[in-house]
Amino acid sequence: MTVTQTTTKSDADAPAPVERDHLRRLLATGERPAAPSAFASARAFAWRSMLKIKHVPEQLFDILLFPIMMLLMFTYLFGGAIAGGTGDYLQFLLPGIMVMSIVMTTMYTGMSVNIDINKGVSDRFRTLPIWRAAPMVGYLLADVFRYAAAGAVMFGTGMVMGYRPEGGAAGVLLGVGLLLVFCFAFSWLWTWLGLITRSEKTVMSISMSIMFPLTFLSNIMVDPSTMPGWLQPVVKNTPISQLVDGVRGLFDGNVDSASVATTLIWSAGFIAVFGFLTIRAYNRK
Amino acid sequence: MSQRELAIRAEGLVKHFKDVKAVDGVDLEVPAGTVYGVLGPNGAGKTTTVRMLATLLRPDAGSATVFGRDLIADAASVRSQVSLTGQYASLDEDLTGIENLVLLSRLYGYGKPAARERAADLLEAFGLTAAAGKQVKAYSGGMRRRLDIAASIIVTPKLLFLDEPTTGLDPRSRNQVWDVVRTIVGEGTTVLLTTQYLEEADQLASRIAVIDTGRVIAEGTPGQLKSSVGAGSIRVRLHHADQRDHARQILVEALAGEVELDDDPVALTARLAPGQDTAVQGSHALGELARGGVLVDDFSLGQPSLDEVFLALTNKVDA
Repeated sequence: MTVTQTTTKSDADAPAPVERDHLRRLLATGERPAAPSAFASARAFAWRSMLKIKHVPEQLFDILLFPIMMLLMFTYLFGGAIAGGTGDYLQFLLPGIMVMSIVMTTMYTGMSVNIDINKGVSDRFRTLPIWRAAPMVGYLLADVFRYAAAGAVMFGTGMVMGYRPEGGAAGVLLGVGLLLVFCFAFSWLWTWLGLITRSEKTVMSISMSIMFPLTFLSNIMVDPSTMPGWLQPVVKNTPISQLVDGVRGLFDGNVDSASVATTLIWSAGFIAVFGFLTIRAYNRK
Repeated sequence: MSQRELAIRAEGLVKHFKDVKAVDGVDLEVPAGTVYGVLGPNGAGKTTTVRMLATLLRPDAGSATVFGRDLIADAASVRSQVSLTGQYASLDEDLTGIENLVLLSRLYGYGKPAARERAADLLEAFGLTAAAGKQVKAYSGGMRRRLDIAASIIVTPKLLFLDEPTTGLDPRSRNQVWDVVRTIVGEGTTVLLTTQYLEEADQLASRIAVIDTGRVIAEGTPGQLKSSVGAGSIRVRLHHADQRDHARQILVEALAGEVELDDDPVALTARLAPGQDTAVQGSHALGELARGGVLVDDFSLGQPSLDEVFLALTNKVDA
């Protein structure tokens, strides 16, 4: 039996992890494929957000646990006081509290945008020849998925607690659909805020001071006709109250088409104004 | 300079942040197909200049073209020619190495299977296959850099910006990055590289612009810059501290130049006059020391340091 001695010891010892010939070949074959469509690039960013959920699943807890807490707290703490019984109150509250907790979680989008923009990775995205809105739209698409998950969890919990929708499955699906459309549109306010503010903490405190009055000054917890006369027209006409009327109507099976239409108009307005401001801020960054 | 194609032509670029003039009128002409070094200390305006040229920042004044396309009017078309590897890794730390490259490949327009293939190929070429499935936050500095550069050549760019590619790297990783830069430029890509290290610019760049307080204070080949600054120095560490005065005497006579005593009681430094050949003078000085019976522990020849380049250049500007 012969033993062939290899004499490449010194080469094997030398650290040469970068393979030059391989690299040369890759450089030679790195021709530019056709640029991705706007939708394909947004979808790639949505995939990125989904991967983040996979790697950092804790962020999903926030979004799923918070709504359940809200639902339990408001039903059992205030139900008796406000509606004289938790069962009736749940029928009234569920669509509203679903709107409240999901619309509130939209502000996380602003924080993620802000964290991203302060890191090197956004420099890379911004030097790519892609649709300028793609990173934001990607975020929002993945967020819509999270909101749908939160909506499903809340609805399931409500059913266990005794909630019964008069509008049936179709009404519930349309109601949740309307809520998701509004959230997608409303989030452009946060992407803009995320781009123009200095730190995620600032984003947080500004978002809070917008969200608290907007959600509490509404028809979510109580019927506005119990409020002082001067306050009623204000409360009844906020975009959140309109959305709640729309969703509640769909869930309850007596559709309030005026509120649905108003909500869609508000949504279009949010996209037009804050979508424009977001892209402008993104380009100027 | 000959009439070669220019990768970058910048005139009077200005960028102010509040009261700080980060970049205060930078002119650059970067010939295509070369490594161009932008050398300067922290805060000189290197990164701001690169960010403007990579379409990340809009200049307050001035104009620039990248391969003939206007930086501001035609930003989208500039973006399709350039890649940027920023000072801090331009990667998503939550994602794995391969996920980062697949994501970016898809954003460049590769279909899903092609994106996976390209990502795996790049990881292999950069010696990162074993770390492909690890989150980037677990990568070492050198690995991050390599992944970052890999991401920049998913599509071979005509112009690659490397912003301080070796700052904070150990010598081995630094050599790897240099190797990569040489290979990339060998395949025809123009590289604009910023650095704080004269040695790095010297090793890689065929021309260098020295930037300080937002202005180009000198420009030329590495050789031109060094000779404008003066020659290098000879540093000696003695075995016995009490031989230092004797050694100094010998060096002054041998080199006909300035000899300084260092804070270290056994060390002294001789500065060579401009035009003197460091190697010739060095061997002459070492011979004279031996002949004089001085015991030498350590003997080194130094190029002018970046500090010296700057001192010399900024003094010239002030004068």
